[in-house]
Amino acid sequence: MNIYIQGTGCVSPQDTTVVEPFLAGIREYEGDRLKAVEPDYRQWIDLKLIRRMGRVVKMGIAAAKLSLQEAGIDMPDAIVTGTAYGCLEDTGIFLSRMVAQQEEMLTPTAFIQSTHNTVGGQIALLLGCHAYNNTFVHRAFSFESALLDSMMLLQEQAARQVLVGGVDEITDHSHRILSRFGLYKQAPVRNTALLQSHTGGTIGGEGAAYFMLGTERNVRTVARITGLATIYKPADEQEMDAAVEAFLAAHHCSSGDIDLLISGRNGHAGENRHFTRLEQKLFQGCAVAGFKHLCGEYPTASAFATWLGARILHGQQLPQGLLFSGAAPRQLDRILIYNCYQGTHHSLILLDRT
Amino acid sequence: MSGQVWVAGGGVICGIGADLRACLEAFARMEPGMQDMQHLRSIHRGVLPVAEVKADNDALAAQAGLPASVSRTALLSKIAAEQAWASTGLGSLAPYRTGLVSANTVGGMDKTEDFFGAYLQHPQQGRLWQVLHHECGSVTELVADAMGIRQQVSTISTACSSGANALMYGARLIRHNIVDVVIAGGADALTRFTLNGFNTLMILDQQPCRPFDDTRAGLNLGEGAGYVVLVSDAVAAQLPNGPWCRLSGYANANDAYHQTASSPEGTGNYLAMKGALEMSGLQPADIAYINLHGTGTQNNDESEGKAIQRLFAPYYPAMSSTKSFTGHTLGASGGIEAVFSALAVQQGVIYPNAHFAVPMKEYPFTPATSFSKGNRLTHVMSNSFGFGGNCSSLIFSGFN
Repeated sequence: MNIYIQGTGCVSPQDTTVVEPFLAGIREYEGDRLKAVEPDYRQWIDLKLIRRMGRVVKMGIAAAKLSLQEAGIDMPDAIVTGTAYGCLEDTGIFLSRMVAQQEEMLTPTAFIQSTHNTVGGQIALLLGCHAYNNTFVHRAFSFESALLDSMMLLQEQAARQVLVGGVDEITDHSHRILSRFGLYKQAPVRNTALLQSHTGGTIGGEGAAYFMLGTERNVRTVARITGLATIYKPADEQEMDAAVEAFLAAHHCSSGDIDLLISGRNGHAGENRHFTRLEQKLFQGCAVAGFKHLCGEYPTASAFATWLGARILHGQQLPQGLLFSGAAPRQLDRILIYNCYQGTHHSLILLDRT
Repeated sequence: MSGQVWVAGGGVICGIGADLRACLEAFARMEPGMQDMQHLRSIHRGVLPVAEVKADNDALAAQAGLPASVSRTALLSKIAAEQAWASTGLGSLAPYRTGLVSANTVGGMDKTEDFFGAYLQHPQQGRLWQVLHHECGSVTELVADAMGIRQQVSTISTACSSGANALMYGARLIRHNIVDVVIAGGADALTRFTLNGFNTLMILDQQPCRPFDDTRAGLNLGEGAGYVVLVSDAVAAQLPNGPWCRLSGYANANDAYHQTASSPEGTGNYLAMKGALEMSGLQPADIAYINLHGTGTQNNDESEGKAIQRLFAPYYPAMSSTKSFTGHTLGASGGIEAVFSALAVQQGVIYPNAHFAVPMKEYPFTPATSFSKGNRLTHVMSNSFGFGGNCSSLIFSGFN
């Protein structure tokens, strides 16, 4: 069974809510935090609701609505969301008040919206969708788990049209706390120079990317999702390499068949080796594109990469400023996304031109 | 997509017992677990009863073989997951392609809320180890790493239906031949965050909760963890004592009515139960017992009752809410109640509903009020409904 992307929607630190022109220019930032460029939500959400909703919920709804619109679908048969952090803004609000006010005089609004499945639940509420609704919250496999769930639903013929996405937000609290763990650059860096950086740490990011998946190819089809694999804490390099080779073999291809490798390198000198090894050993000679200088590092950044890969295949065009190494490919039939998060969570997503 | 999914075993730790045997004894003795708070520090101590696990973090850490510095949720999770696996009698996990699919609602919040006191004084204050495992998925990974599970590790968070959704996803990973064994369920420790959150919603009863009673006035929170071991046909054939039952049906539906409240018609509840029946190829009359979501709030019990009436009238199965003993354990509840429901099929157990006295005016059915064993329960349904309109129903079936 083939699984196709019939529509995409993406809210990110780049101008991605407008499909054409496709990434005409890269927005440049300086600092350790990329903030999403938020669209005018009034085109999808009632103004009264907009004021009450957390940013992560609004970004998720916008991306979901865009993908439904592009696919020409009003009502999906399933809604599946991946979010590692969930609704950090409302969690932070309720938690701060609870601590500061010593558990007194609290109101429920922020608590209600802090639940991890708020994005998926609000999409269902907005659409009046009574179908299957699930939310995966598994760190850098959150989107991958949601995607696996969606692909299984289609294979089971339990659903014909599945809305699936990944979404995460940065808040002042989360950025401050994650900075204390040393995740981000100590000195200011331009996002456009991030992947060439020789220092430790990366840039934090956020965003939402949703996809309408279906099993029938039609005029709206953007790309095909051919394969998905996650590799959790491989024991050593041999195990990692074997997993990649098994993945390629399962999809009847070799590294030479990959026209473009979209690599999750994030400019953190301490993590480069994971990407360099894969790029140079298993995919030698393959054109490599980066994406985290566009969206920043966050656990569901692979959803942004999937959006990017699908748009590149559909438009047959690699936007300026994405190529990291190798020569720009003349033809783009097959893209492999390799992401690695903090050296422990590896994932592979294979996309084909249709 | 082929084959059956079998329940090979289960493990529970909650406010009525440190293991499944102790829980069964508490049901038989009619001893609910609600008490004044002993371990959670909150201004609501002495006012809001909770069903705490009767052990401090040091004792749980020693039992779990994890550091006492990690979230209590991880400690509870590891204890119940190990008990679940041990109950199968299969020995080492190593020969099997294994997954851990675990649910929780607030990750390591019990530690994060301790961190926030100092952190709010100054952003460079607060000990970082307290937020190291804040993410829901991190709690699952602590357990997976300790048990040596790597093939499929995932975390689901759909509020109070999370644990049931973990079973559904786990079963499907087996049916798709991705793994042979999945330890599936959920865990949640009590936190001030959730206690105060539910308190602001004004749905916490200051008395022991009375699900499906006309005088019900809200829920009591609890904590714990519950996991079943789901296995493929091939692994089921190797079980030294045979499987407990099959997971024959499951469905998830969305109420699409309100972020926290259930629709008066119980639309999502109805669709979930109906979907699970359709998948298992059963008629409503085939269900012998329902382990209700039964939180004891006005809203839930009315909506759940409405959906049951619509689906089952005029013949109602035995039913009860074990939350009247365990409290509402949130992300753990679907897992804990799945273990109780699977055991109900195997041993013919009908669990009592504590503190029931006055039937609801709206409905002709009442919950079971006494413990009984040896009933013939071929098909048992377990309901779990949560915020975000998330409704899930599971059906466990015998095989003789």
